[in-house]
Amino acid sequence: MALINFLKPKNQLEEGGRTSAPIHEDAGEPEKNCPNCHKDIPLSRLWANDLVCACGYHFRMKARQRIKLIADKDSFMELFSSVKSENPLNFPGYKDKAETARVASSEEEAVITGVAEIGKQKCCLFVMESYFMMGSMGSAVGEKIILLFEYALKHRLPVVGFTVSGGARMQEGLLSLMQMAKTSASVKRHSDSGLLYIAVLTDPTTGGVTASFAMEADIILAEPGATVGFAGRRVIEQTTKKSLPKEFQTSEFVLEHGFIDKIVSRQNQKKMISLLLKMHNGG
Amino acid sequence: MSEKAYDRVKLARESTRPTGLDYIKNIFRSFIEFHGDRRYADDSAIVGGIAELNSNPVTVIAIEKGHTAKERQVRNFGAPHPEGYRKALRLMKQAEKFGRPIICFIDTSGAYCGVGAEERGQGQAIAENLMEMSTLCVPIISILIGEGGSGGALALGVADRVWMLQNSVYSVISPEGCASILWKDSAKADVAAQSLRLTAEDAKSLGVIERILSEKDLGKKEFYLRIRKLLSDELSVLSQDLDLVSKRYDRFRKIGATATVKE
Repeated sequence: MALINFLKPKNQLEEGGRTSAPIHEDAGEPEKNCPNCHKDIPLSRLWANDLVCACGYHFRMKARQRIKLIADKDSFMELFSSVKSENPLNFPGYKDKAETARVASSEEEAVITGVAEIGKQKCCLFVMESYFMMGSMGSAVGEKIILLFEYALKHRLPVVGFTVSGGARMQEGLLSLMQMAKTSASVKRHSDSGLLYIAVLTDPTTGGVTASFAMEADIILAEPGATVGFAGRRVIEQTTKKSLPKEFQTSEFVLEHGFIDKIVSRQNQKKMISLLLKMHNGG
Repeated sequence: MSEKAYDRVKLARESTRPTGLDYIKNIFRSFIEFHGDRRYADDSAIVGGIAELNSNPVTVIAIEKGHTAKERQVRNFGAPHPEGYRKALRLMKQAEKFGRPIICFIDTSGAYCGVGAEERGQGQAIAENLMEMSTLCVPIISILIGEGGSGGALALGVADRVWMLQNSVYSVISPEGCASILWKDSAKADVAAQSLRLTAEDAKSLGVIERILSEKDLGKKEFYLRIRKLLSDELSVLSQDLDLVSKRYDRFRKIGATATVKE
């Protein structure tokens, strides 16, 4: 449920990375500091490397960029892009927050849905957008996911989905909560007809999305180091009054506990997904 | 106005309210409790088993909070672990096998937030219940009797009919949690409670529940008799229905509010 540090710029000085301004060898080239190895990486190199640091740290990625990375060139056709959320509860501040999110992400909602080819295998594809209210699930996200699974069922296509979410969107209250039941029912129908669903959990996948369609796939992959869990870390620390180890609720942690199939780095995802699709014969 | 919704939250949390076991004992006969999820443990926050409703066997499942401090501790304050949800699902599958209707009583501030719960897949357990309940081919009625806290409540709430006690609440997040995330101030819980639209009347107007149950004579014989009658009447309607599963799908399918933007 928690929208953790949504859109809050990270103060690099607080992350223990450096105590003084870096000296740029070639002044002018913008850099980003890696929260894992604390090195500054020129943005051009980071982009050329699909936003993965040399140390293996996966930076968050915009949904459109991810589609470019995963789908075959020009194969993605967007569906249901006109579905967007309202403010059904007249929740204070929601309208402005959603508008800010639209500007920040250049998206209408926190998930993009459509059909694509991955390694020449046709499939339905959804990619959640962390820059839109941290991928929180309101009515529109639920509706788009369900429309996609219904479309996939009708056209007998597998579904590949990239999750990133802080959980259910509290500004839509109970209606957001019900999207968990609604999306799960559509995943079940798709599954019961023998069709494949592959989920790739990316940073962070938490709350109501973990407790619904993220954990319901036939094959669950995850990016290295992603936060994957149900309850928020802070909430658990407050409840149990214990501090938690760094690796708690990471991809590696859920793999060790038996809840995902495999951790796949960003560079290998396309190959892995196309192989999986091929081995299921597009089903 | 803003105190009103939060007052309901406080009422819903009252330790003197009837708990799951009170409903089970007073509405049904010959309750036999079944234990364990057959995988890891028995979660005492969820009670389940079979019982008779007007001499018809039914499966009953309840989140139990307990009344006294000691009971509450034993029941983990009604905050289930993954084992609880897995036990519930096991009993629901059993109900389906033997063609028994399922009745769930929901009362939780939420699924437990703890290290063990995360290690054993709290999210996965809830997700599996949501998925499996959507296609169980026996009638399911879920009643919110106190707190309906988020996914931990919904995990027993994918039903053909969802009813709420007049002073129960159903919410995506606790008002305190919502206030502390949005406004960094849990003291604004009353504003959050109002904004979240979590009362029974709100849930009904949002199309999330079918019926609000009056709390007249709460905890008295007449109260339970009334609920027993409502349950058996509704079950006789539902058990005639040959199209339960697809109606359940449609029931949830239509919940939500979306607009269409021009492309």
